[in-house]
Amino acid sequence: MSDASVGHLVGAQQPDATHGVVLYLEGISVSFDGFKALNALSLAIDAGELRCVIGPNGAGKTTMMDVITGKTRPDEGTVFFGQTIDLARLTEAQIAQTGIGRKFQKPTIFEQHSVFENLELAMKADKRVRSTLFARLNSEERDRIAAMIERVGLAGAADRTAGLLSHGQKQWLEIGMLLMQEPRLLLLDEPVAGMSDDETERTAELFLTLAGRHSLVVVEHDMAFIARIARKVTVLHEGSVLAEGPLDTVQGDPRVIEVYLGR
Amino acid sequence: MTRLYGSRGWIALAAFSAALLIVVPLLALAVPAGNPFHLSEYWVSLAGKFLCYAIVAVAMDLVWGYAGILSLGHGLFFALGGYAMGMYLMRQIGLDGVYHRPLPDFMVFLDWKAYPWYWSFTEHFLYAAALVVLVPGLLAFVFGWFAFRSRIKGVYFSIITQALTYAAMLLFFRNETGFGGNNGFTDFKRILGFPIATLDMRVVLYALSAAALLGTLLLGRWLVTSKFGRVLAAIRDAEQRVMFCGYDTEHYKLFVWTLSAVLCGIAGALYVPQVGIINPSEMSPANSIEVAIWVAVGGRGTLAGAVIGAALVNGAKSFFTQEFPDIWLYFLGLLFILVTLFMPRGVMGLLGRRKTA
Repeated sequence: MSDASVGHLVGAQQPDATHGVVLYLEGISVSFDGFKALNALSLAIDAGELRCVIGPNGAGKTTMMDVITGKTRPDEGTVFFGQTIDLARLTEAQIAQTGIGRKFQKPTIFEQHSVFENLELAMKADKRVRSTLFARLNSEERDRIAAMIERVGLAGAADRTAGLLSHGQKQWLEIGMLLMQEPRLLLLDEPVAGMSDDETERTAELFLTLAGRHSLVVVEHDMAFIARIARKVTVLHEGSVLAEGPLDTVQGDPRVIEVYLGR
Repeated sequence: MTRLYGSRGWIALAAFSAALLIVVPLLALAVPAGNPFHLSEYWVSLAGKFLCYAIVAVAMDLVWGYAGILSLGHGLFFALGGYAMGMYLMRQIGLDGVYHRPLPDFMVFLDWKAYPWYWSFTEHFLYAAALVVLVPGLLAFVFGWFAFRSRIKGVYFSIITQALTYAAMLLFFRNETGFGGNNGFTDFKRILGFPIATLDMRVVLYALSAAALLGTLLLGRWLVTSKFGRVLAAIRDAEQRVMFCGYDTEHYKLFVWTLSAVLCGIAGALYVPQVGIINPSEMSPANSIEVAIWVAVGGRGTLAGAVIGAALVNGAKSFFTQEFPDIWLYFLGLLFILVTLFMPRGVMGLLGRRKTA
């Protein structure tokens, strides 16, 4: 075991994905007051993969993300980031520092801060108190923030208060914040909810360019969007994996049809 | 973006500093008594008292206005700083107490033969000054460490801080605690060997308070305009997102919380020699709630607002408690309700300034 399993790490820790798998979930169970939100869920995400996760409401998609990001502790099972980092032992902040970024279902940005400041706060850096007290942006960092503002389609809005952005712009700003963290793995919960068709299309393009260098796990209800980006799809149902494979195969699976259409 | 103040801000600060550090001392010392512009001991001490309150208000604003942590127990840290200074001032009385004994009168009254162990070394000014910082700081650190680790937030945190100051008040009311029971410490004679009740000493203490307030304002301004300050405000608005950005929010809250308590302790230490008394009523829950009202009236999340709020509310309090003592609490309650309903950004909001968070 590496130091990571002891729970002391300050950001330099990198996941070891030499075996090609960046995230392992094995036998994860979580229950809330007797309700099994996750039931012996096992899942593996390859390095550079773009994985779509679908499933009816209550299937456990958001709980799965909560477990990966440390918001919820599993009752049973193991979560590993790469070969060595046991996520169940780390805090939310430590998990973020190892390189996992998460976008929430409802866009969560710092509404009172400017667009620029939102990206500044998210940017990969030493995030301990002392460094933050004396942190000054250098010109290279300013350029990186400016480039990200362009990339997420907010050119000219750097000084705009983030709370004044449209819903779709907030979604994009949040995605930009994730990318500023330079994560290995991105978890995206309903990233195109509330976006216009045009914005959705641009989001699909962005995700396709991100795959390869980053690993992405996308939870979405918008099947047209899934069809646009999907390579491999996982269907969750009642807290475990019901089916996994290319979209066509999954959509033709009679169990999946039954879950979605009812009996 | 990371500038401390704009040019207008610097001018306002310079004018404020000049008024505090030059005009008031001149009116007290250079203008002869009898002249209508002369400031007597009473007015100098009153002004000094207000400055101490203003420091507490700024400290409160750092945790409440910026980090979103509402403390209803800040009076405790203020009182602890005051008691630490009070111990030194009691030692300075020497043999001049009512009983002319080497122990403070209240200990003689309890028939104690020697100082309890925790009074050791308090005859040394520097040690007492260290206690002023360390006692509130340590208490805040330990309390905050447990509270923030347990993720206690919002109204639950506020209620626990209220209970904490109440419990401390009950402890200090007991004579056996060794801090003078409900009378506390009073009848101070000297500080550093100089008589305490002279106009010169009043002006010195006042000037120290003014310097402490200006220092607090500059430190606070530096904090809130730094990246640290932006992280604090982000914690206030969306703590979970801050955590998922990789910031350990517990450490941020603990840092600003402890700093705020230390600032309150310093304010308390400056307050006690000027008002000449410290007793457990400073720890009463009502006092701490009043601090929150000062900040709400002035405008949360603006440091200048905290100073203005402390001055306005305490000015009103001095007026009402002299002229209409019965209605002061009604007025205070009404003020709080009106500000909450109609002036969510306080006096600073009325002034139309852009929010500085």
